[in-house]
Parts: sequence; C-alpha cells; structure tokens
Amino acid sequence: MLEASNLECVRGEKSLFRDLSFRLEAGACLMVQGANGSGKTSLLRMLCGLAQPAQGEIRWGGEPIRKLAEDYRGELLYCGHAGAVKDDLTALENAQISATLAGAPVDEASARQALRQLGLKGREDLPARVLSAGQRRRVALSRLLLEKRRLWVLDEPLTALDKAAVTTLCGVIDAHLATGGMAVLTSHQDLPLAADRIAHLRLD
Amino acid sequence: MDGPSLPAALGAVIRRDLLLAMRRKSDVLTTLFFFIIVVSLFPLGVGPEMAMLRQIAPGVLWVAALLATMLSLNRLFAADHADGTLEQMALSAVPLGVLVTGKVIAHWLLSGLPLALLAPVLGLQFDLAAGSLAVLVVSLLIGTPVLSLIGAVGAALTLGVRGGGVLVSLLVLPLYVPVLIFGAGAVEADLTGLGATAHLSLLAAFLALAAFFGPWATTVALRIALE
Repeated sequence: MLEASNLECVRGEKSLFRDLSFRLEAGACLMVQGANGSGKTSLLRMLCGLAQPAQGEIRWGGEPIRKLAEDYRGELLYCGHAGAVKDDLTALENAQISATLAGAPVDEASARQALRQLGLKGREDLPARVLSAGQRRRVALSRLLLEKRRLWVLDEPLTALDKAAVTTLCGVIDAHLATGGMAVLTSHQDLPLAADRIAHLRLD
Repeated sequence: MDGPSLPAALGAVIRRDLLLAMRRKSDVLTTLFFFIIVVSLFPLGVGPEMAMLRQIAPGVLWVAALLATMLSLNRLFAADHADGTLEQMALSAVPLGVLVTGKVIAHWLLSGLPLALLAPVLGLQFDLAAGSLAVLVVSLLIGTPVLSLIGAVGAALTLGVRGGGVLVSLLVLPLYVPVLIFGAGAVEADLTGLGATAHLSLLAAFLALAAFFGPWATTVALRIALE
C-alpha cells in the first residue's frame, strides 16, 4: 500500500503544505482537492518520485520509494497535464509505443481494443495532430487500459473530456478499484465514481 | 515480478525515434545540408590550390561534422520534454539509462552515420586520396558516436533553459576538442605517411569512455531537469 508521512512541499520560499500524512490501501481512492496553486500537482509528482519532498517520506509496501526505484515504477501509472501524445504518430502508434516505453509492450489488437473502448473507433490510424483536444486526452488515457499497474496517479484526468468520456473513464477507474487497484487523483469537476472507499484530501 | 526486457525496450526507443524522424524529415535533412554546404564553401573560397586543400581537408571536414552535430542536439530531448514523454520515460519500469542510450543511438544513426557516409564524397573536393578518404570515414565512424554521447549530456543539462541552444554550444564544444584533434589528426597522419592507427586507437578509447559515462551523466541531468 501507499503511505505518505509528514510531507512538506516548498516552492521558492513558500511552504505549500506541511505535515501531510495519509495511507492508501488496496481498492481505495484518494481525491486531492484544492485551489489552483495549492500544490496538488506537486504532491502527485512527489508520489511518483519525479520530485523530492522537502521533508517526510513516501513508502510503498513499507519501503521508501526512492529505494525501490524501478520496482516501484513498475507498479505506477502517472498521467499528467502533458499527455505524452506525439503529433506525428497515429493514435494506435501512440498507444503501443507509450506502453512499450513504460516496459509493458502490447500487441496491436489489444491497443485497438483499448482505443475503441475509449470511443476512438475509426480514429486509430489518424495522426494525433488532427485529433481534437478531447480525443488526444483519450489517447493518453488508453494507457490506463493497456498497462497493468496497481497505482494510478491521475492529474486532472477529466480535462477536455466530454460527458460520455467522463462516464467511460469513471467506469474504468471503478473497475480498477474493484480489482484491488489504487488511485490518487485531482479534479475540479465532480467525478461520479461508484466506489465507496473514497478519501478526500484538501490542500489549502 | 518479471522485469521488462531491456534489449526490447532499447530497440523500441531506437525504432520510435527513427519513425518520428521519418515523419519529420526536414530536421534530419537540415543537418546534412548544413554539413554539405559548409564543407563545399571551403574549396570555393580557397581556390584550386591542391596542396592547400589537402592540408586543410581533415580540419574542415571534422569541424563541419562537429557543428552539424551541434545543430541537431537541441531536438534530442526538447520535444519529448515539451509533450511529457520524458516524464513517462523517467517513470518507466525500464531504467532511464537504457531509454537514454536508445535515444543517443538513434541520434547517431540520424546525424553521425549519414555524415560519415557523406564525408568521402565531399572529401573528393579536397583532392584526398582513396586511402585518406577511408581513414576519414573510419575516424568519423568512431568519433561521431562520441559527439552524440557528450552532446546528450549537454542537451540534458540545458533542457528547459531559455537560450539553451547557445548554452549547449558553449558547454559542449570545449568537450569536443579532444575528438576533433584526434579525428582530424588521424587523417593528417595518414596524409603525411605516419599511419593513423595511434590516433584511431585513442578515438576508440574516447568512445569507450563516453559510452560508459555518457548515458549515466545524461540520466542524472535529465532527472534534475524534470524535478
């Protein structure tokens, strides 16, 4: 499970938050809320190991994530503001290549299946350049279906998505939680999740 | 848990970067045309004095190769940094060092290798003999990977910095000096009949050193840039 103890985040001379502790068990979801600039993205990047907390420690299964390194990254899926979608590649190539880079190659059939599930049927072979913002977001989110990871860290996953896609995404997250997965996410919109084990964390 | 296959990941990164380059050919072609034009300007400027041309040929070809490599360094990590791919690479179950090595190999395949293959054709303008042309190609084949490996460290260090293009030149060009001396020296030694083996061996030693430390240093620099 994921455990954070006494985290402090400093940006410049300002302390965004301090003494932040939480535990996330299998099947649970943590919703991080707060105003713009309250440190949500900073917290999420810390949880991934992309940034180091000024104080405190993050542990996965009792071990500090710094020590686990690749073993931890093999359990983690981070979806940030930038979708890591390449303009010059098709939706299908994007999905397959990002899975391969993450260390979990998938075959073409399952990549097509994932894109179809996210409502990109018929768009699989178009270059990402010509896709709309919402469609590009869907391509980025196809990684949720393709990479089998236990911990999902999603930064504003709903950005640019339409209602139908929000419903689909919530279904995907619910299914992930139901099978013992974990999720940490931020969102300014309401996420209509069916799961009951949702904790809220307010950063102010 | 079974770890991901490292050779497969390495191959995948190389294939990805080559595919991206094929979709955007102008980037690669700019480097090559720059090399061709800079090298061709010298015979035009100096005039048809064969002895003089032969003498300046190794230096001109090597300096042009160096500058052409510099031109292509900026895009090594910049695009991946801008669209978030670099973040994903840093979070991959595959060690970042392996992915970085793949990117550097792809960079060499797209810049160093074509330069080395073009060099003998351009060398003809300088009235170089077949033997010297062969030494030139070999010295470029050994030397240009060193340029890519060292350049990657510079590109990673200047990632996200405004005016990174100029900064990377200031940072990397001094480090290229030994490669330039021994690369051009190999061809000069062959021209004067001394034999190029010693110079080429030293170049190969640089390559071994850069191949060992380059990806590691690049990885550290990238992690700092991402934080």
